[in-house]
Amino acid sequence: MEPIRLLDVDGTLLGDAPVDLDETRRLFGAMVAARAYDTKCTAMQVQGRLATYAPFEGQEAAQIGSIAALRADDWVVATYRDAAAMWFQGYPWMNLFLGRMGDERGGAPPQDVNVLPPSITVGAHMIHAVGIGWGESLQGSDRVAMTFFGDGATSEGDFHEAMNFAGVFATPTVFLCQNNGFAISMPRRRQTAAELLTDKAIGYGMPGVLVDGNDLFAMIGAAREAVARARAGGGPTFIEALTFRVGPHTTTDDAARYRSDDVVEEWRRRDPIDRVRLYLQRCDGWDEAWETEVSESARDVIEEAVAAAESVEPFESGAIFDRMYLTPTSAMVRQRAALRRDGGND
Amino acid sequence: MTELNLAQAINSALDLALANDESVVLFGEDIGVTGGVFRVTDGLHERYGSDRVIDAPVAESGIVGAALGMAISGIRPVAEIQFLGFAYPAYDQIVSHIGRIRNRSNHRFSAPLVIRIPFGGGIGAAEHHSESSEAIFAHTPGIKVVVPSTPYDAKGMLLAAIADPDPVIFLEPIRLYRAVKQQVPDDDYVVPLGAATTVREGSDVSLFSYGAMVREARRTAEALSGEGISVEVIDLRSLAPLDEDAIIAAARRTGRVVVATESPRTAGMASEVAAVVQERALYSLLAPVERVTGWDTVVPLKRTEHHHVPGPDRIAAAVRRVMDA
Repeated sequence: MEPIRLLDVDGTLLGDAPVDLDETRRLFGAMVAARAYDTKCTAMQVQGRLATYAPFEGQEAAQIGSIAALRADDWVVATYRDAAAMWFQGYPWMNLFLGRMGDERGGAPPQDVNVLPPSITVGAHMIHAVGIGWGESLQGSDRVAMTFFGDGATSEGDFHEAMNFAGVFATPTVFLCQNNGFAISMPRRRQTAAELLTDKAIGYGMPGVLVDGNDLFAMIGAAREAVARARAGGGPTFIEALTFRVGPHTTTDDAARYRSDDVVEEWRRRDPIDRVRLYLQRCDGWDEAWETEVSESARDVIEEAVAAAESVEPFESGAIFDRMYLTPTSAMVRQRAALRRDGGND
Repeated sequence: MTELNLAQAINSALDLALANDESVVLFGEDIGVTGGVFRVTDGLHERYGSDRVIDAPVAESGIVGAALGMAISGIRPVAEIQFLGFAYPAYDQIVSHIGRIRNRSNHRFSAPLVIRIPFGGGIGAAEHHSESSEAIFAHTPGIKVVVPSTPYDAKGMLLAAIADPDPVIFLEPIRLYRAVKQQVPDDDYVVPLGAATTVREGSDVSLFSYGAMVREARRTAEALSGEGISVEVIDLRSLAPLDEDAIIAAARRTGRVVVATESPRTAGMASEVAAVVQERALYSLLAPVERVTGWDTVVPLKRTEHHHVPGPDRIAAAVRRVMDA
């Protein structure tokens, strides 16, 4: 099966563009901003200002294109590698930085942002998106929940349960699998004997859609169709976005141990941002000064977010007990006092 | 007031919760059309329909994981797992997500949900149907674990659990579902979570238990009163948090402590009670704390199960030991 593709690697439009030129420029800018965040995080990890970081370079179209299909009040349930998607649905850069700096306040986006903090365990979070969308339906809302995960997560038992529940109860869920080639060191073929991950959708009675994940337009098109089906009560969709993690699994990983530079170079030639730039150039929608301006303003915004995150003072010791329950239990009260007695700064 | 057994009292609480709060949804295997394997949800599907009383596929992790999502969206799910021995596939969702979402999001998101789970042995059931592994859950941060032993408490504690803003594991002693009857108010009422209760006054020994073991503790106390030993019976009711103040007050009052549970011995609730007592009431003790527990064995099948689940004989032996110390 060939993946859906609307933009060729050289920027040629292969079908109808799902968005106009202005929107394309906006989404290009979003991908550029996301990459600036990604680059910044890797640099800050090296400087010891962030904990381990999981880069998403190469997956910007898969994430930004999917979110472009959502309404502002829709839900996103994603992972540690999906900051681009989370941010584009409203999760502030500042919170993303704060979380990676090791502060739970990073997990608290504003009240009107329906994006959960990133899931760190692999594969257990998709069922939360199923429950959220289902709960919205039970309350009469037409909000949709989109959940992001990688190829490795499809091997987890909870992936099966999430897909199965979504199918049985026709929940408004979009399963957005970024097949980026490797689960840490394991190639996709070691995760499943199925030819395609989309084959799995058949077993759960939902459509499975194979998309070129480095093609912004194809991602928007596929996600829009899935979101429309979910919103109309037509149930879930599984989307397999074929993409590639250009960077390592995390900043602690040495990707050279399990894949060759040739493969990486081949995927760099399919870069999702370059592709849209080539398209914009063909449409007279690009010039260097504009991209420089977009990049610089993205960098400014990101530097401001870093400064805001780094200016947040650490919690006092009592906070570790105060955020476990709405009202601290007797155990929390006693343990808080014990820590204060023995060296806490509460 | 109506005379109800424990299963009926739970049914009454669920009925009231469904009637009073449109966001309450019941969710589990065979809880709808069939009314649950123990018939605890009997009649609720007919009354509230399949959007409120939802039969789930056979997938415990999916049930509680979906319940978490529902709770985040504004629903108040009451999930049922059929037996505690079937809850282990759901444990990752409980420890990794349900108990953490409030902390992970610094209160932005929370998990106001209840997981009802029948537990305990003594009915000669098949393997996996008699587990008493509640300590695993009491050891898990971010959740509350409660166990009623009377119909009155079952209804009031379940209504409190459903109203609670945080996740509650509500353990239902299988052996008592139909064994005890009590006058129970028809209306809404709450038994606050987190508090132990004295079910029998006594002055020589404080005997702690919970769930089905409370009945064994009462029987023991009654039998020993004939020997002139006055046993105070305390139902812990809440395993997380543990009512340490009630435990300490009792230990200081009598100076002799016995804890009876049917769970494995090592790192169990009895050990926790003993630790609390030695930390805060050591100098009031007249005897070492005795633990009367199941063994660190798999729950034996029917023909030898009585060697595992403590009865009045084993509990009385422990009480006599602390009296003779």
